[in-house]
Amino acid sequence: MTNQLRGKSAIVGTGHAGFGEAHGLTAYDVMAQSALAALGDAGLKLPDVDGLFCTMMEDSMPALMAAEYLGIQPRFIDGTMLGGSSFVNYLTSATMALDAGLCDVALIVYGSNQRTASGRLVTASRPPAYEAPYNPRYPISAYAMAAARHMHEYGTTREQLADVAVAARAWARHNPEAFQRGPLTREDVLGARMVGDPLTVRDCCLVTDGGGAIVMVRADRAKDFPKAPVYVLGSAAQSSHRQISQMRDFTVTAARESGKRAFAAAGVSHGDIQAVELYDAFTINTILFLEDLGFCAKGEGGAFVEGGRVAPGGVLPVNTNGGGLSCVHPGMYGIFTVIEAARQIRGDAPGIQLNDIDLALAHGNGGVLSSQVTAILGSQNTL
Amino acid sequence: MPDATGPDQIFQRALANKEILLPKCNDCGAYHFFPRVLCPHCHGSAISWEPASGKGRVHTTTVVRQKPERGGDYNVCMVELEEGVRMMSRVEGIAPGDVIIDMAVTAFVGEAEGAPAVLFKPVEA
Repeated sequence: MTNQLRGKSAIVGTGHAGFGEAHGLTAYDVMAQSALAALGDAGLKLPDVDGLFCTMMEDSMPALMAAEYLGIQPRFIDGTMLGGSSFVNYLTSATMALDAGLCDVALIVYGSNQRTASGRLVTASRPPAYEAPYNPRYPISAYAMAAARHMHEYGTTREQLADVAVAARAWARHNPEAFQRGPLTREDVLGARMVGDPLTVRDCCLVTDGGGAIVMVRADRAKDFPKAPVYVLGSAAQSSHRQISQMRDFTVTAARESGKRAFAAAGVSHGDIQAVELYDAFTINTILFLEDLGFCAKGEGGAFVEGGRVAPGGVLPVNTNGGGLSCVHPGMYGIFTVIEAARQIRGDAPGIQLNDIDLALAHGNGGVLSSQVTAILGSQNTL
Repeated sequence: MPDATGPDQIFQRALANKEILLPKCNDCGAYHFFPRVLCPHCHGSAISWEPASGKGRVHTTTVVRQKPERGGDYNVCMVELEEGVRMMSRVEGIAPGDVIIDMAVTAFVGEAEGAPAVLFKPVEA
């Protein structure tokens, strides 16, 4: 996104459904409930939606399936599938489509029933041909190898990884919407079942059901809705690979580029950001993204998160809803980074509501550290 | 079997003959992996095949934890070959947890999932 799109669109509704376990519901049911919740939040109805931004873990044409299910005939659809970052990426395409008049009401939506359907990641993607013979466990083996390399190069410790999970839980404990709210200590994480060295099951995101939705309109009519608008100030993407075996440097993600451009587009700096919502599929993600987005230097992410520094009362609020590690992770988490950032800015976060939030960052990750998308959202005061 | 023409076919046919071939770009001289019809570095499309040196180092590694009754733990790693390319594989002959980063390894053609595959073993000290 370039400066010319800064503040041209706004989020006027957010919604979610089926957090945790959505017994008896299909992924599309959860998707539709999420859509209704977000439209209700915005004071709109499904017939108002003329732009759809959607992908799912099921099917080869999920956006068409979603439109059909919802009973709408959108004049603009973006179904780009980048994995979990897709929904942050849709902020860019929705802003472009709204700005160009290709649609007037953009609905970004996702739903999944992966927990009750199978208890594990549901995916339509085929194992990569040059990886499949070695049976990596998808996706944890990829993140485990990134964590191992980070530990080797920078001395990052398992304790520091564990502290990411502990911080996420500390936020989640205050969030009634979070799936895991019990106490969690560093020792709990370290002593949990090892699933892919150096990551234990507590270094891994939840497997839950759930859906989320976002309604966006052009900025010029954003004040006509019940909730305070949240503006998209900058968003940017970069991809570096699809298969983990093709990742050039296992300790550096394309978030370095997406972050740089999102900050430039928004015209803000790191010190201005009051809440950071990162795609924490695994504990190493939070460390990598804090480094690559520029909140600390490469290699210092471990020290940055150590001992509650990103927990409530720490130096930087990170994943204030509890993240994918403790709040919700229905296959693809990306949309929830945007929803939590928007709610912090609106002042109606479900858990700990930070004081006077004007600027928040949402960062999506897709594939196996493959696609990185950063968005910076702001209140009316930041325009 | 008809003559192999595609990059994947050429690679797999060589493996079936216990040989590891690596694609190399005629224009820039760089190796790449996985095999494809163009060079991902300079985008030239004149590709030749060279026998791999087989010499490599473990770039990063993990242990996939699995219950003994389902086959037990096993290694998954990335090996960087002397030619400058990396491939996913596993190191055999030692416990999966004993595979460490920077360990020198040698490639051999073994079997994975019932098909010929590039595997590695530690270089004898």
